[in-house]
Amino acid sequence: MSFKNTFVIGLVAWLSGLLFGVGLIISGMANPAKVLNFLDIFGHWDPSLAFVMGGAVVVTLVGFKLVSKQANPVLLPSFQLPTRQDIDKPLIIGAVFFGLGWGVGGYCPGPAWTALSAFAPGTLVFLVAMLIGMSLATGFKKRLT
Amino acid sequence: MEPIVATEFTPLASLLGGVLIGLSALAVLIFFGRIAGISGITTGAFTGASGDRLWRVVFIAGLVSAPLILILFNMEFLGEGTSYPAIISDNYLGMAFAGLCVGVGTVLGSGCTSGHGVCGLGRLSARSLVAVITFMATAVLTVTVIRHVL
Repeated sequence: MSFKNTFVIGLVAWLSGLLFGVGLIISGMANPAKVLNFLDIFGHWDPSLAFVMGGAVVVTLVGFKLVSKQANPVLLPSFQLPTRQDIDKPLIIGAVFFGLGWGVGGYCPGPAWTALSAFAPGTLVFLVAMLIGMSLATGFKKRLT
Repeated sequence: MEPIVATEFTPLASLLGGVLIGLSALAVLIFFGRIAGISGITTGAFTGASGDRLWRVVFIAGLVSAPLILILFNMEFLGEGTSYPAIISDNYLGMAFAGLCVGVGTVLGSGCTSGHGVCGLGRLSARSLVAVITFMATAVLTVTVIRHVL
């Protein structure tokens, strides 16, 4: 990879991550209090976050359809998209674990990263535990298949 | 787990933020040909093939730098009422449990809110729809039990 390619990939990746993070912050997704109130439909329900998913999915629904006509991505050699369609046990069990953790902590992976720079001990504990969980499960999943 | 804090209903800010997230996912697909799922990007940043790692690591750096950039350009107001400053729990045992569940769950279930939600639903994936319904239902049940049953 030439220096110029590396630079362009880095710049586009940074801007994309930045856009994602700014979206998380503006939308309220990055605030665990707002997330937990969104999930608290029988109590302090704050339905705002339904609008986050709504806004994002409208863009991906339309945009992904247009991109599917593209032969290759602009900066990497080829598309690598999920092809599986079967509903298997790990999908369900994983989603249950994820929902449990999201409901307890109020963080999903994106907001855990955007919150890092505030250095709040609670977030740091969450983030480190999340990375440990990911690495354990990656090893476990490899043995399953 | 978190202290219960009332939050105001912010449909416009949330919609706008959602559109930005969608545009970012679209950019990742157009430029890198990959799904912008944060859990997948995170694991791939550590374990992915070498040519596939750089963009993931830098994308995460972009996520991490987002609040700093907002502050640097005096745009904290953009998150006002929605997320900044966030209220974060100091129940470390609970946060460790939550992080572990999210880490294990997103790898086992092949995605999180962004991979299955934003991208998967946009691709009309049945697997993602099932995952989203499952983690949403579990999360609602979890919060309901913690706040109203325990």
